[in-house]
Amino acid sequence: MRWLLSRPWLWAYVAAIAVWGATLAFTGGRGGAEVMTAAFTFATFYVIVGLGQMFVVTLGPGNVDLSIPATITLAGAIATKVMDTQNSMILAGLLVAIACGVAVGCFNYALIILLRIPPIIATLSSSFLVQSTAIAYGRGIRIKPPSLLADFTTAQIHGVPVLAVSIIVLSALMAVVLNRTVYGRFVTAIGQNLRAARLAGVPVGGIRFATYVMCAAFAGLCGYLLSGFSGGASLSMGEEYLLTSIALVVIGGSSVAGGFSNVPGLWGAALFLFLVVTMLNTYGAGAGLRYMATGLIIIAVIVAASGKRAVR
Amino acid sequence: MANEGSRDAKDDGSLPLSRVAGEGRGEGLLRDTGGAKRSGEAGLGMADTPIIRLDGVQKSFGAVRALRGVDLECRAGECLGLVGHNGAGKSTLMNLLAGVFGAEGRIAIDGVDVSGRHGVAEAQARGIRCVFQELSICPNLSVAENARVFHAGLSGFGWRRRAGKLIRDKLDEIFPGHGISAADIVGDLPIARRQMVEIARAFTVTSAPVRLVILDEPTSSLDAHVAEQLLAFVRRFVAGGGSVVLISHLLGEILSAADRVVVMKDGQVVAERPAAEFTRSTLVAAMGSVAAEEKEGPAEPARARSDAAPRLRARPPRQEDGRELVAHRGEVIGLAGLAGQGQTAMLVLIYGRLRGAGKGENGAFVAGDRQQDGVFPLWSIADNITITSLKRLRRGLMIDRAGTRAMAEGWRERIGIRTPDVNNPILSLSGGNQQKALFARALGSDAGVVLMDDPMRGVDIGTKQEVYGMIRAEAEKGRTFLWYTTEMDELRHCDHTYVFRDGRIVADLARSELTEEKVLQSSFADAS
Repeated sequence: MRWLLSRPWLWAYVAAIAVWGATLAFTGGRGGAEVMTAAFTFATFYVIVGLGQMFVVTLGPGNVDLSIPATITLAGAIATKVMDTQNSMILAGLLVAIACGVAVGCFNYALIILLRIPPIIATLSSSFLVQSTAIAYGRGIRIKPPSLLADFTTAQIHGVPVLAVSIIVLSALMAVVLNRTVYGRFVTAIGQNLRAARLAGVPVGGIRFATYVMCAAFAGLCGYLLSGFSGGASLSMGEEYLLTSIALVVIGGSSVAGGFSNVPGLWGAALFLFLVVTMLNTYGAGAGLRYMATGLIIIAVIVAASGKRAVR
Repeated sequence: MANEGSRDAKDDGSLPLSRVAGEGRGEGLLRDTGGAKRSGEAGLGMADTPIIRLDGVQKSFGAVRALRGVDLECRAGECLGLVGHNGAGKSTLMNLLAGVFGAEGRIAIDGVDVSGRHGVAEAQARGIRCVFQELSICPNLSVAENARVFHAGLSGFGWRRRAGKLIRDKLDEIFPGHGISAADIVGDLPIARRQMVEIARAFTVTSAPVRLVILDEPTSSLDAHVAEQLLAFVRRFVAGGGSVVLISHLLGEILSAADRVVVMKDGQVVAERPAAEFTRSTLVAAMGSVAAEEKEGPAEPARARSDAAPRLRARPPRQEDGRELVAHRGEVIGLAGLAGQGQTAMLVLIYGRLRGAGKGENGAFVAGDRQQDGVFPLWSIADNITITSLKRLRRGLMIDRAGTRAMAEGWRERIGIRTPDVNNPILSLSGGNQQKALFARALGSDAGVVLMDDPMRGVDIGTKQEVYGMIRAEAEKGRTFLWYTTEMDELRHCDHTYVFRDGRIVADLARSELTEEKVLQSSFADAS
């Protein structure tokens, strides 16, 4: 119990369950399972990009990847075009999408290091370039994803989305990477004290490079899966993932200042964000009220979570 | 100013006869805590109400009892020396006096009981200032702006200029020739100058008076010359009716500057007497240290330098003549000179080169500036110790938890880190114990070259002796140590010493040639 109370991700889950309960109270308990299925389905995509963003944010103050939406769009557009609705090309499409992410990641890091631009500016400017490329490339007709890919991304077994389960496995893997590997330890060290990390023998440049590339690769993966899920790539498909990816990290109990992160919180936060919107929709709130309530609820959760940590 | 004449006792351990006379050795060394009250009568002729008085004060952090019933008085016109091992409770006590946190027990200021409502603001208003061991100035602000943080009265047009004048005048008064401008950004200053700014700021006056200043390890990163200036200023300040609490591990400093000495151990006051009644050895004994008195002079004959190819050679970027730093296997190399003359930059340069060289040689760095260069504040002690050795502590792709724990436990025992559990946060340790963890990090790595950046800041005398022993033993196994230090005594442990001035090597002394005069002479002017 004490162990549980000291977990930084606790509040994200508490909030998610509370919001789910509030929704059910309004509907009289009907549709609870369906809401959860939908929540897991959409949270899956949030978490994929959240994983990458979390590692980047862990690198310390000023580290954030703003090119995620553009990378999602570009990777989705290129992958659907490469696959061209043929099931035999599914694996090739996946590799192309990830390669596309890796390329963007390399470009981001090159801007940061070679031109000495702060990461926030570097990734923002590269996101314009990437988005323009996606527009130029994906102009014209919308190509449907291969049927097998579409089936996989929307499959459910007894109401449990298959994709969500796969990404939960991936998350567990990334949690091990964060906590139990030398790479994860080095990322956390850099986030706490860059100079001390360098003097303690951490290969700072290599670790940062790997992290930015990994983040962009996850964005590529997200673009690939999303294009399968939503019946093809579109130029605005990445839009909502910028702020969401950052919100996930914060609500999940990771430190925005870096050096202190956890993976489970990403899932709690992703479910919470989706359920808040569902709840407000159920209550019949208008768009304006919905945004305002979402903002207030996020603030409340963050205050609750950080208050908890200060006591500890 | 009874101590003025004995200032030269510093560093060499010999003391004037008057110090030793009149006190039966060993007798009455350990008093109970009631000693604080009795010494009030023994007083120094300043029998008026103490500025601050503690009665049976206790403080716990979780399971750790930092203070177990402390009685203490600080009077005007007196310098109180406070000594004790790392983790004895000195810094906790100082935070308490400064109002950083409360505690159980009675606290009275000017005879008025303020228990439970003593805070930073009240302490400030009553003229109590504190210079913390972990510096508390803002690195992103200029020197003048940092002065303003203390003095809300400096407002309106031209506040920056007035704040600058305030701090500059004080710096001139305490540290003539300090070379600091009020417009300098604090983060760009080397740690010695940051410490000077912090000290000077504590003595600046606008609306509230300065009556009691607590100096926690104020000279730990200052060189001998600047430390002298500070101690002289402390004596002037005390003579003018001020009060100073001086915490230091340099016993020579305590004996020469303090009027009264309080010895702490395990959260209690174990001895309290006028400084004149202590000698270096009785003070060490009172602290309960097992370490013998420091050996004097070169302990062993200087060894001839090997003719083999040196392990590393490096030239400071600003060096114009052909001088360069040369280090062989198994050597302990000293980097000397006044603080901030390019020694740290030299170490960082060599460290970068060793890392950049890829395979082959490996370097490890022991930071002196813990906060900036050493500690990972969110991590446990074990994580902080093992970071440099993680690659060796893998099992497959993962970090071997049992292995890291065993390494951390092993070093906790070996170097005496005072903690019940190595999984406690590093910040739960006192400053000196954090420093021990940083030593463990470097010595526990497989690095062939260990670079030490004035690493003994805040480390107590017993641990120092042990670490000196470890360095010697490791050097005999073939490791090379590069050791920047601001303490003359430590150079005596070095096989070879390079003196730095203004970013250049100005003298190159083998152990047999090393004398304090030579080091000082070349620190200030070209060695002829």
